[in-house]
Amino acid sequence: MINYSYTILIPLIPFIVFLFTGLTGHRMKPVVSGIIGSAGLGIAAILSYYTAWQYFWHSHVAGSAYVPVKAFEVTWLRLNENLVINLGSLLDPISVMMLIVITTVSLMVHIYSIGYMKGERGYHRFFSFLSLFSFSMLGLVLATNIFQMYIFWELVGVSSFLLIGFYYEKPSAVAASKKAFIVTRFADLGFLIGILMLSFTTKTFDFISLTSPGGPAIASAGGATFLGFSVLVWSLIFIFMGGAGKSAMFPLHIWLPDAMEGPTPVSALIHAATMVVAGVYLVARLFPVFALGAPDALHVVAWVGGFSSLFAAVIACTQTDIKRVLAYSTMSQIGYMMLALGVSGYGGHEGLGFMASNWHLFTHAFFKSLLFLGAGAVIHAVHSNDMRDMGGLRKYLPVTHITFLIACFAIAGVPGFSGFFSKDEILSAAFEHNRVLFFIEYAVAGITAFYMFRLYYNIFWAKETHYHHTPHEAPYIMTIPLMILAFGSVFAGYLPFSHLVTSDGLPFAAHINWSVAIPSIIIALAGIGVATFMYMKTNGLPDKIANAIPHFYKWAYHKFYFDEIYLFVTKKIIFRYISTPIAWFDRHIVDGTMNGIAGLTQLTSNSIKDFQSGRLQQYGFVFVSGAVALALIFIFLW
Amino acid sequence: MNNQVMFVFLALMILVFSVLTVTSRKILRAAVYLLFVLVSTAGIYFQLEYTFLAAVQLTVYAGGIVVLIIFSILLTSHISEKAAVSEWKQSVLSTLASGAGALLTLLTIYKFTFVPSPEPASTSTVTDVGTALISTEHNGFALPFEVVSILLLAAMIGAIIVARREKDKNMNSENK
Amino acid sequence: MIQGIPLYYFLVVSTLMFFIGIFGFLTRKNLITMLMSIELILNSVNINFVVFNKYLYPQNLQGHFFSIIVIAVAAAEAAVGIAIIINIYRNFRSIDVENVDQMKN
Repeated sequence: MINYSYTILIPLIPFIVFLFTGLTGHRMKPVVSGIIGSAGLGIAAILSYYTAWQYFWHSHVAGSAYVPVKAFEVTWLRLNENLVINLGSLLDPISVMMLIVITTVSLMVHIYSIGYMKGERGYHRFFSFLSLFSFSMLGLVLATNIFQMYIFWELVGVSSFLLIGFYYEKPSAVAASKKAFIVTRFADLGFLIGILMLSFTTKTFDFISLTSPGGPAIASAGGATFLGFSVLVWSLIFIFMGGAGKSAMFPLHIWLPDAMEGPTPVSALIHAATMVVAGVYLVARLFPVFALGAPDALHVVAWVGGFSSLFAAVIACTQTDIKRVLAYSTMSQIGYMMLALGVSGYGGHEGLGFMASNWHLFTHAFFKSLLFLGAGAVIHAVHSNDMRDMGGLRKYLPVTHITFLIACFAIAGVPGFSGFFSKDEILSAAFEHNRVLFFIEYAVAGITAFYMFRLYYNIFWAKETHYHHTPHEAPYIMTIPLMILAFGSVFAGYLPFSHLVTSDGLPFAAHINWSVAIPSIIIALAGIGVATFMYMKTNGLPDKIANAIPHFYKWAYHKFYFDEIYLFVTKKIIFRYISTPIAWFDRHIVDGTMNGIAGLTQLTSNSIKDFQSGRLQQYGFVFVSGAVALALIFIFLW
Repeated sequence: MNNQVMFVFLALMILVFSVLTVTSRKILRAAVYLLFVLVSTAGIYFQLEYTFLAAVQLTVYAGGIVVLIIFSILLTSHISEKAAVSEWKQSVLSTLASGAGALLTLLTIYKFTFVPSPEPASTSTVTDVGTALISTEHNGFALPFEVVSILLLAAMIGAIIVARREKDKNMNSENK
Repeated sequence: MIQGIPLYYFLVVSTLMFFIGIFGFLTRKNLITMLMSIELILNSVNINFVVFNKYLYPQNLQGHFFSIIVIAVAAAEAAVGIAIIINIYRNFRSIDVENVDQMKN
């Protein structure tokens, strides 16, 4: 038995860095806080790699199952005999994988930000928030019980809020941060309800006992039903609501595009690679409960994921803000992961979808953060987010261009790049379980390839735009993380993932299913081809197509008017017909009562304040006559 | 019989001079009337055979407090000065209140039957008083005695501090 | 127990004295006169103590000692009271109770 208790340091180091840079950052030179933050994350990353090496290779007997290990655990709250909340760190294949993803991407983002944020106000604030986020995210994936996860879940939400609103002088950033926080908070309400229901039926928070196939959670699958679903299914649907909020699944996706108001490295870290996949992680963490106890909830996951991926992909084709394109693409890819979980079974090859989902999570983290950081480098050079202001940048930004292209290949699923492998496994899993979703995903794969290359051509090819000053390549401190991530985007697909991360811990052999893969390659290449045809050189084609389907284009361009629908529902219906009467009640009845009491008190005191005249003899007189009166009452009238 | 005559005389002295004390418009005279009241009270104590108490009454009350009061009158008022008359409303109300109180109390006393103790009185010579005063036994008064001594000390210090002229303030004003 | 004088006589005297003191306290404007009224009140209480001691519990000396203590307290009270009065006189150039109606000014 190997002692893993050092893993508690992995979240703690960023936390210490957060406190240190947060409290003393304003006294040091800005770049120092960046270096401290990166160094802290570097140590955490090294520890994570070491943990992964130990967990996956060193301590593991080939062919046997990976068992969850509680590396560290303390009792945090003892509410009563049965209700105990612990804090600790749990190691199992998915949490170790997440450690690697988070620390790697976070380290890259930290290093990149040293260059990207140069000269910004609040430099040390940025780095301390980044460290806070890393701490929360690491604590989230290491959580030993669902309540600890919830705590860190909220912490992640707070750090996301702080970082989206980093430019707090910009009204749109403030609005975006509020929106993100409120929408995810609303979703977390569902999460909390789900936790309460789940822990009420199972009497435990602990993940290991929740997810063990013979455990109390799965045993409680029967029992009382409501609207045709058991309590377990309902609790898991509520928990999934929290996950959907964090992962920007339809219909709780509206905050993610606006979250792009934050600095680009933040988008890369939080809104592409780590926080938004927390929902996927949550479902994966509880996967045995979903798969064995509540297949109905899993169907919900699958359909929400599938629909979100299609929906977001269509919107992504019409957006012109490059970060928003990437945001919708993130949403679409997370939809893929959710779908893969949803179509997965438990154990062995049945659990292909589970493996594929985590694999896609892993590869997606690399290429999507690379895309964001590359977009950041472009924005850094052009000082604009809008692709209409760009074009022909390949000459000016060679490193960014190449790495961006690699990432585009990876996300489009071109063979040889990481995205191909993971996406192929997802499609295989879908093919085996749900044909409808399978065809949707084919379509999404093609659309993905199309919009990614639309983005790529619009930035790096197309028209020769005249810039006010010649764009220049980013400094090495920004390009080196790009290269490292590009390396990951290519080679993350060659990891023997099915031997490492599986639904039941037992390794199995997964092969590329060529009958699924070849059509998907063709579709991807077709998407790329169409994009090349339309966008490589400036021509009138895109506009013509847009004009040919004006309504649909307009719809998609306005994100199918979802923001407007939400505004309508909240402002026009909830605010007007529910909140306004409540506000009126509060203002007039509740406040009125209080004001009435206060007014009465004031009136009374005004009328009796003359008693407090300070005149000794008056007091004496009142005292004596009072005493006499009382004596009279008690002696004669009692 | 002698007792009764003596008592009536003392009681009349007390009541008359009490009334004069609180109604006289010249303060110094009021103080002197108070002195008479206190001396008559001492007479009552003598009559009750509490000689030590009567002596204390004479020395502390009649000798100490009244002198103190007279001094303060001399410090704060002119001898010829006449005290202001209070408003008639206040006088009437006060008379009513205190009169009602007195009537009520007298009525209560009248209605209540006191049973005098048949036991023989213990002696109250100065020796007895002194022994009891520093005794820690049952019916000893060592603790109250100490408490009262501390109270007197505190009162002395307090009086000095309160009545002291604030030098710093005056010096400041002189500097100005 | 004194021959020929019942307890009630003393009590009547002390009660009247007490309420005369209260009357003085309520009507006189002069702080020193008010102080004297308080002395009257204390005296009447002393008489009560002593008389009850003598008539009802002659075997003890409690009332007697209580009176002594009251006299000591009265002395302390007079000393402090007069110190305060002198201070007030210094501030207001008068010892009228009407002036003293604020804790602080």
